[in-house]
Amino acid sequence: MSNMRQQFVATVSEVMKNDEKVVLILGDIGVHGFRNTFAEHPTRTYNIGILEQATVSMASGLAMNNLIPIVHTIAPFLVERSFEQLKDDFGYQKLNGNFVSVGASYDYASLGCTHHCPADIGILKNIPSMSITIPGTPKEFDTIFKEAYADPNPTYYRLSEDKNNEDQDVHFGKANIIKKGNDAVIIAVGPILQNVIEATEGMDVTILYYTSIRPFDSETLKANYIPNKKVIICEPYYMGALTWDVTEALKPHAVQIEHIGVPHEFLREYGTRQEHHKHLGLDTEGIKNKIKNFLN
Amino acid sequence: MATSNKLHKLKETAIRAAAKAGEGHIPSALSILDILWVLYDQVLTYNPKDANDPANDHFILSKGHASLGLYSVLAEKGLIDVKELETFGAFDSKLGGHPDRNKIPWVEASTGSLGHGFPIAVGIALGLKIQKKNNRVFAIIGDGESNEGSIWEAALLANHHSLNNLCCIVDYNHSTDRALEVGDLVKKFESFGWKAVSVDGHDQIELAKVLGKESQDQGKPLAVIANTIKGYGIKSMEHNPAWHHRSPSAEEIATIVKELYQNE
Repeated sequence: MSNMRQQFVATVSEVMKNDEKVVLILGDIGVHGFRNTFAEHPTRTYNIGILEQATVSMASGLAMNNLIPIVHTIAPFLVERSFEQLKDDFGYQKLNGNFVSVGASYDYASLGCTHHCPADIGILKNIPSMSITIPGTPKEFDTIFKEAYADPNPTYYRLSEDKNNEDQDVHFGKANIIKKGNDAVIIAVGPILQNVIEATEGMDVTILYYTSIRPFDSETLKANYIPNKKVIICEPYYMGALTWDVTEALKPHAVQIEHIGVPHEFLREYGTRQEHHKHLGLDTEGIKNKIKNFLN
Repeated sequence: MATSNKLHKLKETAIRAAAKAGEGHIPSALSILDILWVLYDQVLTYNPKDANDPANDHFILSKGHASLGLYSVLAEKGLIDVKELETFGAFDSKLGGHPDRNKIPWVEASTGSLGHGFPIAVGIALGLKIQKKNNRVFAIIGDGESNEGSIWEAALLANHHSLNNLCCIVDYNHSTDRALEVGDLVKKFESFGWKAVSVDGHDQIELAKVLGKESQDQGKPLAVIANTIKGYGIKSMEHNPAWHHRSPSAEEIATIVKELYQNE
């Protein structure tokens, strides 16, 4: 598949064919993409409308009926507008639901702040039972979704327009070792990996690749930690969401952590996501310069 | 108007539990006690031996702060141990100020934040339709709760999906009048495509009639606007906002209980 949205359609279509419990709920987006699903599963496919709060609560009612809801809309509406419903109705009630967002931090760059969502990961980390995944390629989404969708916990899947050039052999809750080196450990999350790989060409660093924020694979980090060397966390959202997991995993080491990610500020410009990457120093060149500075 | 000595006992149970805990929304619980009793005594189909029996009807207390009323009725029906009521609000109690589905099998949704339970009920009703099941789904919301936008989002959904297995009971005790009047809720629900009826929320005969299966429209969800009195049965509490979230002292208990039985 050429992008994650197309893969989302293909994956869900396949899952719905094989699992009659799955119900797809679209917040008036992706409707054309799922046209075949509407035709094939008319009683389990809904363009529910633009009412995210009731949609998430309603989805928990479906889950109480032993159905498996997939709720899909743009990240700020799914996460920020419906946060309390995700927290109370899925998290606290211990119900399974799947929440698939598009838009990532600023894929809808030209639409401005209301459609940006660099806060989604940090916000969702406040729901203790919420699994959080950030696939880096369409195929990785397919693997992770199929592994996690029937999990008893609610799970968030962050689809992005950015994607890595190569698929990794990812699994839900597991990290991958991209390369091993001696000067630093770099944690790259989801689709920022591509720029991190290019930025670290010629550098003697370890790169660990995370597509699951929760469950966090602390074992892979512990096993690959280099004492007295920096850990650099590269996140494609508001930086800092992984810091607690990293420090907890590496106790009792006094770890020096550096952050590369979206700064905690409103993005007031428009344009394209690539322009934002460059502006924020998250393109290959920007990441390269930051890492060099951290290691000097 | 139908009255029941049983309800006086239930009210006393709720009041004593709140007094012991120093916690609880007594007037909100008294407001819906007739409705709850009629539901569990005459309307809901359920297997008292199995809260998870697939044949059971569903009930969601969307205004979760009235949990004392629900606990009292569940105890009277033998669905929870009456001794549990004595633990209400304690650190390790199963019975909190808001009901918890993971602690009590007969509680279907953990509610508390207003505007959640009703859309959850819509989801249950839709799920039943998807699975071609005929169980009914009931939710009690408050008039204050109907300030929440998600209530009206859910009302739109229920109508659009023709959820004629769903009944929303509004406990219209006018608690929200001091903040935001919600006006004619029959007309509001009708304008959302629902069948809506108004009823005296303390008249058990009328309640049983409007909540019965025959009252459900063939193609529409049903809204029952139950006109109630907050704190019903205890004159000093009725429509008295000072009692909204307050438990009586040991001295007040005797007076309140006496007042309760005097009003028979």
